[in-house]
Amino acid sequence: MALKDKYDVVIIGSGPGGLAAAISAKKYGAEDVLIIERDVELGGILLQCIHNGFGVEIFKEDLPGPSYAQRFINEAMLLKVEALLDTMVLDITPQRRIFASSKINGFVDIQARAIVLAMGCRERTRAQVRLPGTRPAGVYTAGTAQRWVNVEGYMPGKRFVILGSGDIGMIMARRLTFEGAKVERVLEVMPYLTGLTRNYVQCLLDYDIPLQLQHTVKRILGHQRVEAIEAVRVNEKWEPIPGTEEIIPCDTLLLSVGLIPENELSKKAGVQLDALTGGPVVDNNFETSVPGIFAAGNVVHVYDLVDWVTEAGLAAGKSAARFALAERRREIRHIPLLAGHNVRYVVPHELDKQTLMEEEVRLQFRVKQPVEEPVWVEVHSENNLITRKSERYVRPGEMVTIVLTPRHYEEVERATSLTVSIVER
Amino acid sequence: METTEKMICITCPKGCTLEVTHDGQTVLKVEGSGCKRGKDYVERELKDPRRMVASTVRVRGGTHPLLPVYTSAPFPKPRIQELLAELRKIEIKAPVKMGEVVLADALGEGIDILASRDMPRMTG
Ligand SMILES: Cc1cc2nc3c(=O)[nH]c(=O)nc-3n(C[C@H](O)[C@H](O)[C@H](O)COP(=O)(O)OP(=O)(O)OC[C@H]3O[C@@H](n4cnc5c(N)ncnc54)[C@H](O)[C@@H]3O)c2cc1C
Ligand code: SF4
Repeated sequence: MALKDKYDVVIIGSGPGGLAAAISAKKYGAEDVLIIERDVELGGILLQCIHNGFGVEIFKEDLPGPSYAQRFINEAMLLKVEALLDTMVLDITPQRRIFASSKINGFVDIQARAIVLAMGCRERTRAQVRLPGTRPAGVYTAGTAQRWVNVEGYMPGKRFVILGSGDIGMIMARRLTFEGAKVERVLEVMPYLTGLTRNYVQCLLDYDIPLQLQHTVKRILGHQRVEAIEAVRVNEKWEPIPGTEEIIPCDTLLLSVGLIPENELSKKAGVQLDALTGGPVVDNNFETSVPGIFAAGNVVHVYDLVDWVTEAGLAAGKSAARFALAERRREIRHIPLLAGHNVRYVVPHELDKQTLMEEEVRLQFRVKQPVEEPVWVEVHSENNLITRKSERYVRPGEMVTIVLTPRHYEEVERATSLTVSIVER
Repeated sequence: METTEKMICITCPKGCTLEVTHDGQTVLKVEGSGCKRGKDYVERELKDPRRMVASTVRVRGGTHPLLPVYTSAPFPKPRIQELLAELRKIEIKAPVKMGEVVLADALGEGIDILASRDMPRMTG
């Protein structure tokens, strides 16, 4: 795929949020739409969520995650959305320039008229839940284990304890059981389940996997590899209750302790973040505090239902297309004012052609070199002389002014840039 | 013999806790359901409990070593382990298209096992 320098809408991340944004941007008139994804394929996290339960709202069907993603991938491809895979976006500027590093294309530098941030979320890790004990192998996040078991095809252990009763943790408990592992226990520090009750039934109860509420991991035991964990009951303040400790032998501990929006890039783009959600502050069009930068999906706040992520993506894509089209119209109306022969700079830098329909526009500039004899100050379009005036001399210390008037509108209307230059007589 | 027990409806994400009075497989009373599907669930759960099953099968020459698959309809719960053992024996060849039948009429239950996604052939 030949990359363009400039796109109407660039979407970062190809999960359901990004795919929906791309589809809707196309439908609302954006011409060049590009998705940049760091993985080698489109689809995002759903590709590893092989269980059913997706799409009940949008498709009125109970689909596995990969099928839900595939439907949107197919639609995006039909609409000729471009995709740059295996490419990590490193930086975004508030002026919507994107810098990325790509396996195939090397260093990529793209200007976008509008951007949709759809980087999703990531899991909280051990450091964020402060687990004491040794640091043996065998402690992973539930999502990492999910990818290994469901996509890459290897089992991280044989006997598991899962910390956290979130949906990913419970779904993994069933999945590991399917693959012949033993899940000894699911521990939850809160006095209630943090995932859906139906997952408690069909993932834990169905397979006799014990759940203990108000329990946590006090210590991890083992040297090279996890050998056991010490579970303990906690009070309302999450303090361990002495005497309730229990050693549970296991070789793997999975953490399913919550998700946080992935916003390193948003910060770099100067987007204002909400301390509560961890995601960008957005308006009802999903526009962030930086004009032309939109955000959708779990990057904004962690959703319960993927259908709602899709809805948010559709809305953000539509807003981004609108912004990009307005930007295109602005670009057609606005042309650059360039410094030609012996001119250092011109102010203003750009001309809004429509102004000239009604009023005159003063162009001011300084020369590079003094010329102590009469010269022409000329304004050219690509092909024609638009106007000129004479000066008896020009000097860098003295600003020069030349005026465009409504009489010039017809010529200027056809121009894509204007150049101001000094011509010796 | 009449018994009363708690059951959780898993038909939708609400997950209502139902108080069920039944005599064997005959449902006498259901309380606490958010909608009328709650009673249907209880009846099915007592007579013939079923679950959607999603797992993977091995795939050769694809972009990944595993292909995610799922049951075309809820599968009888007591036979899930048997079904999983059956799936472990399968190895198919890429490319695969979403919805392709990976195993027809699994265990003679009249339910097909379908591919959850496309699996393109590995290139290069
Ligand atoms: C481990 C895990 C398991 C989950 N399981 C479930 C579940 O079972 N059911 C459910 O409803 N929801 C689940 N979720 C929530 C799920 O994330 C959402 O339902 C949905 O996938 C969110 O869509 P998204 O488009 O916002 O993000 P994602 O699907 O996460 O997509 C974000 C994409 O952005 C890409 N990306 C991020 N940063 C960059 C960068 N700098 N450059 C290029 N690409 C980048 C990522 O590679 C990824 O493909 C899970 C989430 C996680 C983390
Ligand atoms: S009873 Fe109705 S509302 Fe309640 S979980 Fe079942 S289907 Fe959902």
